[in-house]
Amino acid sequence: MNKTIRASVLIFRKDIKSELRTRYVINSLLMFVLVTISIIRFALGDEKTENEILTGLLWISIFFTTSNGLSRTFVKEEEKETSVALKLSSDSIPVFTGKLFFNLVLTFALNFLILILFILITDYTIKNLTGFLITIVLGNFGLVSASTIIAAIISKANSKGTLYPVLSFPVLLPLLITVINATKLASLGIDTEKLSGELMILVSYTIVITVASFMLFRFVWED
Amino acid sequence: MNKFFVILTFILITFVIITGIVLPIPEIPALGDKARVLYFHVPMSWISVLAFFMSMWYSIRYLKTREIDYDIKSFSSAQLGFLFCILATATGSLWAKFNWGSFWNWDPRQTSIFILLMIYGAYFALRSAIDSPEQRAKLSSVYSIIAAVTVPFFVFIMPRLVESLHPDPIINNQGKIHMNSTMLTVFLTSLVGFTMLYLWMLNLKIRIEKIELYKLKNTED
Repeated sequence: MNKTIRASVLIFRKDIKSELRTRYVINSLLMFVLVTISIIRFALGDEKTENEILTGLLWISIFFTTSNGLSRTFVKEEEKETSVALKLSSDSIPVFTGKLFFNLVLTFALNFLILILFILITDYTIKNLTGFLITIVLGNFGLVSASTIIAAIISKANSKGTLYPVLSFPVLLPLLITVINATKLASLGIDTEKLSGELMILVSYTIVITVASFMLFRFVWED
Repeated sequence: MNKFFVILTFILITFVIITGIVLPIPEIPALGDKARVLYFHVPMSWISVLAFFMSMWYSIRYLKTREIDYDIKSFSSAQLGFLFCILATATGSLWAKFNWGSFWNWDPRQTSIFILLMIYGAYFALRSAIDSPEQRAKLSSVYSIIAAVTVPFFVFIMPRLVESLHPDPIINNQGKIHMNSTMLTVFLTSLVGFTMLYLWMLNLKIRIEKIELYKLKNTED
């Protein structure tokens, strides 16, 4: 067990290090966030927009930015032909754990940026900040859990870029519907307690998908 | 599969089609004669979900044993499920036109069947994007299991989150089925009949796929 944790940490650190050195995804993602948010700005103009619509726009930008970034984690290994070396040096469980945590860090960093830019550029008012943040955090956990295993699946297929949204959308939809609804309610000022139904769904979704991913990743990774 | 099974399926479905149209049904508020669609629509939806879980079951078997037969079964079941899913969407949509006034209005039930269609579509897209048969079998098995664990969220949670206009709260009020005995008989016969039809079609489909695999192997040699 201890060995697995140590190997996971090592793979996580390896990913962070290689990302900082090569800037494989981070630069293009930062630009992607800026582009998306500016498009939203120019589309809205100076109009006063309702929170319902703004929440939708916020989640559209989160979904597309993260799906661009998260789908790269395993594709990167295949494209740079490092996956064989990784397979030789480690079991499947630590690889998956390391990648999962790398994706989590990436997603939280991106979301932080998106949120700040979004609030600065549009006049998005959040009435229940605690509920809002809890929802965003739990939503991100769900997003990452499902995206990581699907990223692993598409890394072995042809036409990886197009396949990712096709495969992830139906799997992510229960999460997206719930999280958009909860974010909207929180931003309109509903008490956090009243959101507990939605939050429970987010938590159970994350747990179910993560457990399934850990059980199934071995089959995707090993030849 | 034995002849008796096929003949019985034929008789049951003929019985359902005739009695479902001819026999009177009890007065159900706001539905009336349009409720007859449930003899066909409900079995279709039931089979599209059943086929989906059968496909997942064969996927699990495949990952355990690595026998290509299970992949063929999983794929065949998914294809039939897709067919029945389209039929369920079509019958439901037709009914919605006459009861709700529009073919499609994103009722939670319609959203869930739409997502089931999307999952089937994604499964086939994934299969066609992988060249090696073994990789294809392995990855599509994993995807079908991942998708299957999210289905309960749609089928059981989503329709209850938002107000739905789907009539099962009227007919199936608090778990008690409000149908008289004639209606119930036709309905249950229909469920059994269509499930048997599905099993028969699955059997045929698996045999066809196996023959094609055999042919492919022979031409390669």
